[in-house]
Amino acid sequence: MDYTATQSGFRQRKLQPNMRLRTSLVDGSEGSQLFEDTSGAASGPQKGFSNQQARPQAEGFPGQSILSDPMSNLAMAYGSSLASQGREMVDKNLDRFIPISKLKYYFAVDTVYVGKKLGLLVFPYMHDNWEVSYQQDTPVAPRFDVNAPDLYIPAMGFITYILVAGLALGTQNKFSPELLGVQASSALVWLIMEVLAVLLSLYLVTVNTDLTTIDLLAFSGYKYVGMIVGVVTGLLFGRPAYYLSLLWCCVAIFVFMIRTLRLKLLSEAAAEGRLVRGARNQLRMYLTMSIAAAQPIFMFWLTYHLIR
Amino acid sequence: MAFTLYSLIQAAILCVNAVAVLHEERFLSKIGWGVDQTVGGFGDEPGIKVQLMNLVRSVRTVMRVPLIAVNAVCIVLLLLFG
Repeated sequence: MDYTATQSGFRQRKLQPNMRLRTSLVDGSEGSQLFEDTSGAASGPQKGFSNQQARPQAEGFPGQSILSDPMSNLAMAYGSSLASQGREMVDKNLDRFIPISKLKYYFAVDTVYVGKKLGLLVFPYMHDNWEVSYQQDTPVAPRFDVNAPDLYIPAMGFITYILVAGLALGTQNKFSPELLGVQASSALVWLIMEVLAVLLSLYLVTVNTDLTTIDLLAFSGYKYVGMIVGVVTGLLFGRPAYYLSLLWCCVAIFVFMIRTLRLKLLSEAAAEGRLVRGARNQLRMYLTMSIAAAQPIFMFWLTYHLIR
Repeated sequence: MAFTLYSLIQAAILCVNAVAVLHEERFLSKIGWGVDQTVGGFGDEPGIKVQLMNLVRSVRTVMRVPLIAVNAVCIVLLLLFG
């Protein structure tokens, strides 16, 4: 500002706030805005900071001529083809690590499915047929079958749980924005550990099942619905209501998990309810029960500190 | 209960290190968990102990070299950032 000696002192002082405003505006805008701004307005009041802006302007005006240069067109075309090539490579490699096409299956839900599934998670006692229907060896999309696992409810449940946890901690005057991140990472870590533990136990018991890792993730994520219901009723109606609703949701999730996993983990005969002897079937039954019993434990562990 | 993903990674590295440190002939064979003691049955019931032994052996085989790199990185990070 000191070397705008072209203006008189009075005009300098009067215009300096304007210049500051305009520099901040122009600095905060995109490159193209920079060109239009300096070319449109008259150069009189802006000559003051033209020295300051000399360098960006010098880059700006050759920049305008760069765009019409055939070499630059070639460069832009090459750059865009390189970018699309890079994107293809990223997609291909990403597909190797995270199966995106398989993930899409888990998000193919609609409102009716979500409503029915939420009802099933809270009240699974009236449902009769728990089998997942297949269509030529591939499971049917969740939109068409209530029993199919999906990832929409667990994902939304997780996010809602974090928000409700923030709300609950706020009522205890313990809230700070970092705490949301802490809650989120804690819950995520517990989820990952639970899925890894289930995977390990499935490997050790040599169960031949078509449960994929994402299925297990989905089943482990269903408990967030019960947790949210418990915490919200606890916030609205106090601690006894929290304990009652959590108890109800724990029993519901226990029954839900047992009925769903029974068909996947146990052998055909045992799944139909007939008593089948044998150490292996007993082991599988214990495994199913322990997976189902871990859900209420986690539900209590992750929510009891929210309701004081 | 302030778990972070980083603490999970640290716990995983420690567990894998613990499995990799088990020596085949000095320790595992002594307690009956050696490679040569798996019953090579072709029945469809390997049993938990055989599965565990296979798991230990495969973890040791697969993770031996990557663990060198991962441990080195972890040591450097801990020295730099505490």
